[in-house]
Amino acid sequence: MEYFIELFLGGLTRGSIYALIALGYTMVYGIIQLINFAHGEIYMIGAFTALIVAGILSMLGWNPVAILIIASVIAVVYSASYGWTIEKLAYKPLRQAPRLSALISAIGMSMFLQYYVLLAQTSNFLPFPSLIPDFKFMEPIEHIVRSSEIVIYITTAIVMVFLTFLIKFTRIGKAMRATAQDRDMAMLVGIDVNKVISFTFIIGSATAAIGGVLVASHTGQINYYIGFIAGIKAFVAAVLGGIGSMPGAVLGSLVLGMSESFFTGYISSDYEDVFAFLFLVFTLIFRPSGILGRSDTDKV
Amino acid sequence: MEPILEVKELTKDFGGLRALDRIDLKVHRGQIVALIGPNGAGKTTFFNCITGIYQPTKGEMLISPGGKEKKSLNGLKPNHVTKSGLARTFQNIRLFQNMTVLENVMIGRHCRMHAGIPGAVFRNPATMREEKQVVEDSYRLLEKIGLEQYVNEYAKNLPYGAQRRLEIARAMATEPFMLLLDEPAAGMNVKETKELDDLIVQICHQEKISILLIEHDMKLVMSLSDLIYVVDYGKKIAEGTPEEIKNNPDVIKAYLGEEVDA
Amino acid sequence: MFSFSEIKKSLLISLWFMFLTFPIMVIRVNTIYKTIEWRWDRMIMVGVGSFFLSFLWRFFIGKKETGKKKTDTGEVQQLTWIQRLTENKKIYLPSLVAISVFVVLFPFVFSMYQTNIMTTALIYVVVGLGLNIVVGLAGLLDLGYVAFYAVGAYTYALLNQHFGLGFWTVLPLGAAMGFMFGVILGFPVLRLRGDYLAIVTLGFGEIIRLILENWNAFSSGPSGIANIPRPGLFGLHLSLHQNIIYMYFIMIGLAIFTIFIVGRLQDSRLGRAWIALREDEVACQAMGIDKTRTKLSAFALGATWAGMGGVMFAAKTTFINPASFTIWESIIILCVVVIGGMGSVLGVICGAMVLILLPEYLRAFSEYRMLLFGAILVIMMVFRPEGIISNVRKTYKFEGLKDNNKDNS
Repeated sequence: MEYFIELFLGGLTRGSIYALIALGYTMVYGIIQLINFAHGEIYMIGAFTALIVAGILSMLGWNPVAILIIASVIAVVYSASYGWTIEKLAYKPLRQAPRLSALISAIGMSMFLQYYVLLAQTSNFLPFPSLIPDFKFMEPIEHIVRSSEIVIYITTAIVMVFLTFLIKFTRIGKAMRATAQDRDMAMLVGIDVNKVISFTFIIGSATAAIGGVLVASHTGQINYYIGFIAGIKAFVAAVLGGIGSMPGAVLGSLVLGMSESFFTGYISSDYEDVFAFLFLVFTLIFRPSGILGRSDTDKV
Repeated sequence: MEPILEVKELTKDFGGLRALDRIDLKVHRGQIVALIGPNGAGKTTFFNCITGIYQPTKGEMLISPGGKEKKSLNGLKPNHVTKSGLARTFQNIRLFQNMTVLENVMIGRHCRMHAGIPGAVFRNPATMREEKQVVEDSYRLLEKIGLEQYVNEYAKNLPYGAQRRLEIARAMATEPFMLLLDEPAAGMNVKETKELDDLIVQICHQEKISILLIEHDMKLVMSLSDLIYVVDYGKKIAEGTPEEIKNNPDVIKAYLGEEVDA
Repeated sequence: MFSFSEIKKSLLISLWFMFLTFPIMVIRVNTIYKTIEWRWDRMIMVGVGSFFLSFLWRFFIGKKETGKKKTDTGEVQQLTWIQRLTENKKIYLPSLVAISVFVVLFPFVFSMYQTNIMTTALIYVVVGLGLNIVVGLAGLLDLGYVAFYAVGAYTYALLNQHFGLGFWTVLPLGAAMGFMFGVILGFPVLRLRGDYLAIVTLGFGEIIRLILENWNAFSSGPSGIANIPRPGLFGLHLSLHQNIIYMYFIMIGLAIFTIFIVGRLQDSRLGRAWIALREDEVACQAMGIDKTRTKLSAFALGATWAGMGGVMFAAKTTFINPASFTIWESIIILCVVVIGGMGSVLGVICGAMVLILLPEYLRAFSEYRMLLFGAILVIMMVFRPEGIISNVRKTYKFEGLKDNNKDNS
């Protein structure tokens, strides 16, 4: 039973991290119907930025909690800036182009960013300082769930609530929903579509950066490649939940995280990624509209 | 004589919305039948069900090209529907824009040709003959439709009216016994509409292809049609000859109401 | 163009990029030895580089937009230089002869090393042309193409290891295996729409690689299979040098064979259907074309060439392991097709030559190979989505048949 709970909570951790990345995926897809392949790299860049900041500050002997907060803030700022810039460079000129062109551009961007970090930093795994403190009250259950995991759950929940609020109740949220529905119409009623799209990238990237910082201090190591697999899996999660839907992205992430955790725990850990990819293939083949998504038929 | 197309109680639901509600329709050989109704009445949905793009929720669709054996269209994919002899055009022109006019028509001939991968690779005499034949046949067809001067142009470079005609030509290339035209006159000027009118009559009488069309241009509908069906909110509200439809109070109420008042 | 406001704009852009690349480019932290490395020179490089590049970027964006306006208003559609070249027999024939002579003499004039690289480039020509059927003609973005390449390579390695089958026996078998896998993997996924298809094929590609990596009993896992024999020539013993030349000519033969077959497929009933499918799926089906079957044929035929290329790859390197078949390999092949020009045979050949030969010859370059490939994909999509050599598809022309048939009509 304890093993089950352990796997369950492990799955919850994975799921929460996927959710933080999947939210950005789903928002961008919802608004410009583009699989932002480079989104995983934004997450990776967030983790790297945090690593650099944390490295400098910890050498100066700062308190870990202060470091965590400052590193997260800077990581968020940088990831958001990267997200914004990428959109301007690689996607904006392709608004009117066929969808496949934009997708190829996104793949190129993803590859570029990976090798940019590889060349500018290193191809090795870098140790990431564990910034999240061990809470006192967690001691009795520390062997089942770590403090960092609790922080991950709570942060994910907060981010989700915040984003839901943003989309549902704010002016810019309304503009985002309108743009997602019909870009041309939104333009006609006076919404600055370019601004809305930029904003979406910024928010999505910032969310991914939070995920990057949390995951890095949870697992304790990062390299240039972490974004790729995480990005693909988050995409699976987003599709599973119904791409374009924010609650769907979270639900899909949790389902994927849990199933992965149980699969590796009970069946085989060698085939962890195979499992995730099979999940992807079966989801797309049998339920491409996802759990919460609506199926859309080609309008004729 | 058996109708060549018989639709019985065709119903289509989208989620909770009933887009088509038990529609009956018959087309006999040599007829030009029009389907009219206000925007959003379900006309295009009706076409999409018949041509296999949507699967109807309920109802039966039968064809009988020879007037004897009946064949059901239910569950057929669009390409099989076309192969059975029903060809369509689209409301928003869907030509292969980056292919030439000739090539567009050649694609229409695709389902009446046979060459496969071996034929493509080895270019055996049968394939070569077929390829030569298809170019010739396509050109003849373009002549009939009056598009021969554009034969080697890209479809995207054609004037609007010609694009509409090319869609008809492409559909005719599939050797249908019946053509389904979705708003063929949409966006055309008076002269183009007149030419279209002549073309449709010519197709029906000379090529012996029956026609089912959706159209908003009442003048065109009234002058062409042997029979008119009127739908509104997914329901059939009237059927009859143009004369009958003109005087049908339900139609006037639902559809022509304001114009008559004015 | 060098007005004050333009300079100000570029200055801002360069400041922005200096800010953006600051942590990752400039600082390197070593958390174990507690050292920080500051590399300020890089910041200057980024600043200066982005300042000038931003001028170029804006210049080309502007140029592209005016170009678009021109074609939109239906101004003269110019023939590309390449179109003029291939249509002019006076230039076309002699250059064909010159290229043939060059190709035949190549291994005798240049060193073994260079011949070897050329052989690699030719493998990419073959698999690139295969992928071109899928992406360029049928418009299906296949990101798992390398899986079929792996299938071919492992078919040869395993059949040779267990049954001692030779290269020439396995070459058609590898192609057949590629075709078979194309059908098996293609069948369930081809009804998906474009971008989902890309992701699913990526998934399949990774699944195959991960299976090869983990299923030790079958594929020897990550350590791979070594000592794969090179192609034999009627049981003659060939020296390494001779063998490299021999493989070069095999590849030339395969490339010509591929060009021939792909060309014929393109100009056939099937090829037309592929192009139409790329243009408009719904209309295509309404014209009686079986969507699934047509897509499947493109997918499987593409895979066939990957299978064949894989066999050749295994024979050439004599050692294979799953690391040769990552997603990035798929993307490099995609680069070959995209850069050359989707749908254009000549384009793919040029693409393969540029992408494979350039990094090999410019050694200093090779470290940045993948970085540049990524950038090239973006730049090509933004500025020249039709590739270096835009597709000069031979359209069907109607010429004069009318007169012969006048009496009949």
